[in-house]
Amino acid sequence: MSPSEVDMKAYEEFLKGIWRENPVFVQVLGMCPMLAVTNTAVNAIAMGGATTFVLLGSSFLISLLRRFVPKEVRISTYIVVIATFVTAADFLLQAIVPAVHKELGAFISLIVVNCLILGRQEAFASKHSVRFALADAAGMSVGFTIALFLLGASREVLGFGSLFGVPLFGSTFEPWVVMILPPGGFIMLGLLLLIGNAWKQRRLQASKLERRAA
Amino acid sequence: MDTPKAASPIRLILTLGLAGLFSGLITVLVYEWTLPKIEAHRAEALRQAVFEVVPGAQKLLALFRSEDGDWRAETPSARSGPAPDLFAAYDESGTFVGFALRGEGAGFQDVIRLLYGFDPEGKKLTGMRVLESRETPGLGDKIYKDPEFVAQWDDVRVEPAVELVKEATATGDNIIHAITGATISSRALVRIVNETNSNWLSELPDPATLKAEEVDG
Repeated sequence: MSPSEVDMKAYEEFLKGIWRENPVFVQVLGMCPMLAVTNTAVNAIAMGGATTFVLLGSSFLISLLRRFVPKEVRISTYIVVIATFVTAADFLLQAIVPAVHKELGAFISLIVVNCLILGRQEAFASKHSVRFALADAAGMSVGFTIALFLLGASREVLGFGSLFGVPLFGSTFEPWVVMILPPGGFIMLGLLLLIGNAWKQRRLQASKLERRAA
Repeated sequence: MDTPKAASPIRLILTLGLAGLFSGLITVLVYEWTLPKIEAHRAEALRQAVFEVVPGAQKLLALFRSEDGDWRAETPSARSGPAPDLFAAYDESGTFVGFALRGEGAGFQDVIRLLYGFDPEGKKLTGMRVLESRETPGLGDKIYKDPEFVAQWDDVRVEPAVELVKEATATGDNIIHAITGATISSRALVRIVNETNSNWLSELPDPATLKAEEVDG
């Protein structure tokens, strides 16, 4: 491959995580943090940021070490690497933004078991060069963060009547309390999946029709 | 990973050993680097919580107890270092309004750290705040998220010891109603408060003997 082709391929690996293989809307991975901490936009972005840090760090290291790690102990090695980054993220959040850390609480440590992260190591980073692994991790992280943000923002707007803590509707708005409680997470996720899939179906139909017409 | 031959046991142990070594190294480095900042945040959160658990508190004195049982008073600051054993709280005119005690102990998942206000005259708690906990989201975390549960601590007598009850109908001035679905976390709070009480209540300094001129917000 020529250098520009490599760039092109890396760019594609990046893009696929955002839409075509979006970790939340297409692969439906990492649902635990997705549902648990997305009751406000700020929490969603903080969780997305922490996950991005862990995913980029682990993908980089594991791709770099992919020839040295025997396959018998690969999963244990991945988990040790991931846990190290999660612990670092935990301390850093505590030192830099204690309020956010308090809000996210136990879910920061639970990033260790987010299947999205281990999944990318096993399925991608351990088989590709550092450059592609980073592109893939960045794409997946952005896709995950966008999904978290969509869910968090829509739940905050309906459940608190605000976005980023700024009231949107004035005092006459009656907040939908259910939206900030766990059931609201499931309802909103279901709606977002519905919209996403409906849109995809339509595009598929349209392209089929086009092909037939041609 | 591409070789079909199985790796030798030595190599497996070496790989995991190295991974563990580097993991430990990085964890310790990050911990050492972030610790002072985390402690400073904690000290500030602690100071803010004192104002919440002692009604009417305007000025604080941080109290440290030395080995020989003497009390040393200090203006609380956001520096890192050991947290004070107690706080004495005063109103605007310098009149003593109550103590704030720190307690910690095992919760359902991890250590729970809390702070509560104590009125030595009425022998009762004046409020409680959970400073740190990792209780189950949605259940155990109600120990600080459920306003009704937290409000119960605003007026609880400590003689006889605070008691946890499950029956909604039970009444008394030394009881705390457990949170449904979070009995262990509720019980942990009551236990921490009672243990802290038995450790400190007989040792509390006389507020009149503390130097008032060091009182400062």
